Amino acid sequence: MVPLIVILAIVVVLIIWFVVIYNSLIKLRNQVKNGWSQIDVQLKRRHDLIPNLIETVKGYMKHERETLENITTYRSQAMNASGVGEKAQAEGLLGGALGALKIAVEAYPDLKANQNFLSLQEELTSTENKISFARQSYNDQVLFYNNKIQMFPSNIVAGMFTFKEEEFFELEDPAEKAVPKVEF
Amino acid sequence: MWELIQANRRKSFLLFILMGIGLIMLGAAVSYYLNPAGMGIDGAFIAVLIWIIMSLISYYKGASILLSASKAKKVTSEVHPQLFNIVEEMKIASGLPVMPEIYIINEEAPNAFAAGRSPKHAVVAVTAGLLARLNRDELQGVIAHEMAHIYNRDIRFMTLAGVMLGSIVLISEIFLRGMLISGGGARYRSSNSNSGQGQAIIMIIALVLSILVPIFAGLLYYSISRKREYLADATGVRFSRYPEGLASALEKISGTKIEMKTANKVTSPMYIALPFSKGKKAAAGLRSTHPPIEERIRILRSMDGTGFLSYQAAYSDLKGDKSNIIPGSGLQESENPGIRKAFDDVSDKRSVKRNAGDIMMAANNYHFIECSCGLRIKVPPEYKKKSINCTKCGTVHTL
Repeated sequence: MVPLIVILAIVVVLIIWFVVIYNSLIKLRNQVKNGWSQIDVQLKRRHDLIPNLIETVKGYMKHERETLENITTYRSQAMNASGVGEKAQAEGLLGGALGALKIAVEAYPDLKANQNFLSLQEELTSTENKISFARQSYNDQVLFYNNKIQMFPSNIVAGMFTFKEEEFFELEDPAEKAVPKVEF
Repeated sequence: MWELIQANRRKSFLLFILMGIGLIMLGAAVSYYLNPAGMGIDGAFIAVLIWIIMSLISYYKGASILLSASKAKKVTSEVHPQLFNIVEEMKIASGLPVMPEIYIINEEAPNAFAAGRSPKHAVVAVTAGLLARLNRDELQGVIAHEMAHIYNRDIRFMTLAGVMLGSIVLISEIFLRGMLISGGGARYRSSNSNSGQGQAIIMIIALVLSILVPIFAGLLYYSISRKREYLADATGVRFSRYPEGLASALEKISGTKIEMKTANKVTSPMYIALPFSKGKKAAAGLRSTHPPIEERIRILRSMDGTGFLSYQAAYSDLKGDKSNIIPGSGLQESENPGIRKAFDDVSDKRSVKRNAGDIMMAANNYHFIECSCGLRIKVPPEYKKKSINCTKCGTVHTL
């Protein structure tokens, strides 16, 4: 009788332990999903701002057709991208193109005085900040979740229910990677 | 990060117990002296009752009392899009569930505070003077500090502890004044003949308690308040990943000599920096709710990253003090996120130049028209006509 109770107790404890770990994994995965949707909202917002921005600067920037065309191309590429990795790459390129525009704007004092442009620029800057802050917290959550999946003993539960590791969202800014040209 | 809040909670609980014991002892001693038949129980009961009532009021109405005392005005994103954007950025960085309400205070002195009993009922208020002086990164540093107060549940804690301190001071002051008026004699002297000596001893105990308890409760309260300011700096930097923003904002705030008209002794612990210059001088003292601002700036500037460990190291270096500002679990953080680059300052000199008056006018639903002659026409909300003439060049603008 006594061994039976002991075995039963061990089984119950194991089941409880199993449920607790399973639930915590689900919670973490949902947090990662939520973190991703935070980024996604801001990426969409940036896509929505771009046509307006181009409409506003077009009249002023006669000599920057290439820069503007780049932005439009990269925007449509980014909008069609799917999956974390692919999106990160496309958005990185779009970010680089927008950075080039920001530098080009310096040569147009009239544009910099335009009230409409200034408020658009604030919106764009803020959206980019939001993307980077959302990216920080998303990556923190992914790290936490991936650690949990890899570490013993939660990796047993994760393996049984195919919890997959999530991808980090790393924006690559081509401008940062390029070797700066030094001219004297 | 969650463990940090838990550790905070445990510490706050301890403080409450300590202050609560002081409050009960004080109430008991005073009432035992005034009415020995009650054995002090009625006094302890009354003291706790005073505290509970005051706590309930400040818990549910604290934010609105504070806001109406400072004549703050709730604003929409149209009035100051940048402020809204920055608050939303910090909301995302902190992972708080909802946006706090945003208020602007019509004051020339640069300052800010957070209020509200929980992250879901939170308020961030900034003065017009602050908006007029800071650039984007600096404003972000200040907002990050305020959001950190919300995140760490500092407001609720400091309000309730402040109320407890207030109750203690209130009771002891009533007692001490009563003693002065009655010349040391008890008002309700007992008729028992053998109680004369006991009465005297009780009186001395009550007297000593009513002098010492407020002092010790105060020191405890102030030291925790200062710690929470450091912690909010550290947490804020972790959100914004840019210590220099807050550092240079604090520098600008401490550089102005203007005092806040609507702040007082009760509301001053809520602000990011002490609202009075008198307080600033005594800031190094034990009876200050804020650490000296120069020290905060120096700590922020000597950080080598944006993690809690980095802040703790900078703090220990500067103060030569090994005590932990960050609760233990925060120090177990393995990563030390790097300092980001300064963001592009879109605000430009143009919009920073917008003075405090303009911001307040926008908050009060004024319209602005940029006339081609360069004049900025300010149209009050009471103006009902369809068009307005520019006062400088006479151009007619339709509204």
